[in-house]
Amino acid sequence: MVPSIKISLFIQCLVDSVYPQVAEGMVRVFERLGLTLDCPAGQTCCGQPAFNSGYHSAARKAARHFIRTFEHADVIVCPSGSCTDMVRHHYPGLFEDDLQWQARARRVGRRTYEFSEYLVDVLGITDVGARYDGTVTYHDSCHLLRHLKVAQQPRRLIGHVAGARFVEMADADRCCGFGGTFSVKYPDISVGMVEDKVAAIVSSGADTVVGCDMSCLMNIQGLLTRRRIPVRTLHIAELLAAR
Amino acid sequence: MTAIRTEQYKAAAHQGIADKHLQKALSGFQHRIAPATAQRYLSHGEGPQIRQMGHAIRMHAVEHLDRLLAELADKIDARGGQVFFAEDADAAVAYALEVAWQNKVQRVVKGKSMVTEEIGLNRAMEDAGIEVVETDLGEYIIQLAGEHPSHIIAPAIHKTREDVGRLFKEKLGIPYTDDPPTLTWAARKALREKFLSADMGVSGCNLACAQSGHITTLSNEGNIRMSTTLPRVHIAFMGMERVVDKLRDHAVLFRLLSNAAAAQKMAGYISYIGGPRQSYQEDGPRAFHLVIIDNGRSRILADPEFREILCCIRCAACLNVCPVYGKIGGHAYGFTYTGPVGAVVTPLLVGLDRARHLFFGETLCGACKQACPVDIDLPRMLLALRRRWAEGRKTDGFAGSGSAIEHLAFAAWAEMVRRPSLYRSARQMAALSQVVLPHSEGCLTRLPFPFDGWTRGRDLAPLSRRGFVDRWQERVKKRKGGS
Repeated sequence: MVPSIKISLFIQCLVDSVYPQVAEGMVRVFERLGLTLDCPAGQTCCGQPAFNSGYHSAARKAARHFIRTFEHADVIVCPSGSCTDMVRHHYPGLFEDDLQWQARARRVGRRTYEFSEYLVDVLGITDVGARYDGTVTYHDSCHLLRHLKVAQQPRRLIGHVAGARFVEMADADRCCGFGGTFSVKYPDISVGMVEDKVAAIVSSGADTVVGCDMSCLMNIQGLLTRRRIPVRTLHIAELLAAR
Repeated sequence: MTAIRTEQYKAAAHQGIADKHLQKALSGFQHRIAPATAQRYLSHGEGPQIRQMGHAIRMHAVEHLDRLLAELADKIDARGGQVFFAEDADAAVAYALEVAWQNKVQRVVKGKSMVTEEIGLNRAMEDAGIEVVETDLGEYIIQLAGEHPSHIIAPAIHKTREDVGRLFKEKLGIPYTDDPPTLTWAARKALREKFLSADMGVSGCNLACAQSGHITTLSNEGNIRMSTTLPRVHIAFMGMERVVDKLRDHAVLFRLLSNAAAAQKMAGYISYIGGPRQSYQEDGPRAFHLVIIDNGRSRILADPEFREILCCIRCAACLNVCPVYGKIGGHAYGFTYTGPVGAVVTPLLVGLDRARHLFFGETLCGACKQACPVDIDLPRMLLALRRRWAEGRKTDGFAGSGSAIEHLAFAAWAEMVRRPSLYRSARQMAALSQVVLPHSEGCLTRLPFPFDGWTRGRDLAPLSRRGFVDRWQERVKKRKGGS
C-alpha cells in the first residue's frame, strides 16, 4: 500500500552537481510507484563537509538552512546514507545550546530516510520491476551500514532486479577510502584503500558495482577509469530505474 | 617520554603503503583475527550486549578513579608493597631508576607493557647502564632490531620470519633459519638465561582490582609470570585508568580482552599480584613497587568529551579492523599507541597540533567502534578532536591552532550554502570553467590545488552542465506552462 503523502527529495549536493542521473533515477522509480514528489528549490548542502572537518559554526548555518527548507515536508528521502546520517544523527548535537533548533532538527531528522531504506523499510517494496543485464556486486557505504544499519535492504532490492546476477565481493563492508576531505588531504592512504576495494570488486567477477552513496562510487569510479578497468559504477537508484 | 614522531604521519604512511611485505602481513593478520574476534563476541552467555556491559564497567571505574586508586594503593601498602603516583613520564622513570639503584640492579627482564613504552623506560635504564631484556617474543624481536612496536598486541607484525631469521643469526649467533619453531626455541633458550640471572622484573598491568588490591597481567607465553616472580624485585607500571572496582568485573573484561586481543576465550596465563612475597609464600620477589602513571591522563579525565577514551583496555581490536591501519601500519602513527585508539589518545597526550594528522588522517568509517570490546565511540572523539583543533585556542582545555585559510573557506562556504541562488550560480561557474582542466574520456585527470591530491591516483567525473535541482525547477515550470 503506497501512502498518499508527498515525498520531498533531498538531493545530495554531489548528486545534484556531478551525478544528476542518480536523482533522475530516483524520480523514475518513485513515479513508477505512483508517488507524489517535490524537490525544494532552496536546498543546497547538508553541511557534512564542514562538520567532518570540525567547523561546527559553518555546519550549523548549513543545518539551519536545511531545516528551514525541509521542515514542512511529510517525508524526506535522500540518495545518500551519509547525508541522511548527518541530518538524522548529527544535527541535534549541533544545537546543544539551542533547544528550539534542536527540537526542529530532531523533527526533520525523524522524517529523513535514505532511498533504499525508505523503499524497503517504510514502503515495504523490494521489487520495483527493474531489469538490468549484468553481474552486480554491492559496496556497503560506512555511514549507511554502521550508523543507519542498512545492509540487507539494498541487497534485497538488487535481488529482485530481473536479469541481474548478484555476487558478494570480499570485504564488502570495508571502507573504500573516500572519507570526504581525507581523500584529498591524504591521497596516498585514500588511493591505497580504494585499490584494495577495486581488487575485491574485480575478483568478485562483477561487471557492475552498485552502492547507495555516490561519494564512495565516485572514489571507486575514479580508480577504475584511471586504470581503465571495465567495471561500471551505478547508484542503486540508477539500477532500479533501469528497464 | 618516548620519541614523538607524529608530525611525519604522511611520509611514514607513504612508506608503509609502499612496503609490500607489510601490506601482506597486515592484510593477512587483519583477515585472520578480526572475523574470529567478532565470532567470539557472540559466544557469551550475556548475549551480544556484553560489550556494552564492559563499557559500563569501565566507565564506572573511570568515574570513580580517585576512590579506586586509593583502595588499590592501601591494599598493596598493607602487604608491604610500595606505591608511587607518578605525575609524568619523567617522574615514573626517575622512580624506577632509583629503585634499580637502591637494589643494585644490573639486569632487568620485562613483560610486555605499552605504558613503559610510552614513558621511554628502556632507553632510560639502558642509559643508566642497566641491561633491559624484553621477554615477550614479539617485543624481544623488536628490541633486538632496535625498533618500536608497530601493533599494541603483535609488536613485530611488520617483520617476516625471514627478517627474524636474519636478525637472530646476527644477534644471537645461531645459524640462519626461517623455521618459526626453531627461532622460538632459540629465543626461549636466550631468554631463560636472562630470567634466571635478572635482578629486577618489570611488568605492566592489564586491569588492577580495587576490591582485592591486585594488579593483573594476562599473557600467552608465560613470560610475564617469570618476569614477575623470579627476580628479587618487581616493579609494575600502570596508566592510572587501568583499574576496575570489583573482582567480578574481571569476569566480563578478561573474556572481552582475550576475545579482542587474540580471538581467544581466555588468555593462557592470568596473574594476580598484590605485593611482594608474603611470609606464607615460598617464592616471589622480596620487593614490589607499583608505579601509577598520570602523564596527561588527569587532563583527559577532566574533559567530559574525551573521558571515554580512558575506558580503553589496550586490546588492539580497533587496529585489527581499521582499513587505514591496515594500509599504513603502526609506525606511521609516530607514537606508542597506534591505529584508531592511537589517533584519539596520542593527540590528547602529546598535543593536538603535533598529532593533528592522526585524527584528520582517518575516514570515520566506524569499524573501530563496532570492534571495540568495550564499545568506545572512537569516531565521535575523532570528530571532537577535529572540532577542537579547527576552532583554535578558544578554550582552556584541549585545543589546536586551527587553519585560518580553512576557517575562512568554510565561513564563505556557509554563507553560500545559505543563499541558494548564489550557491547555484557558483556551481554553474565552476561547471563552465572546468573545461580548461585536463581531461580524458569525459573524466578530469588533473585538478588544481588544493584538490590535486585526488587526481594523483584517480580520475574525477566532471560537474554536469546543469544541476538536478535546476533541472527539476525547469520541469515544474514546463508542466505548469503546459497545463
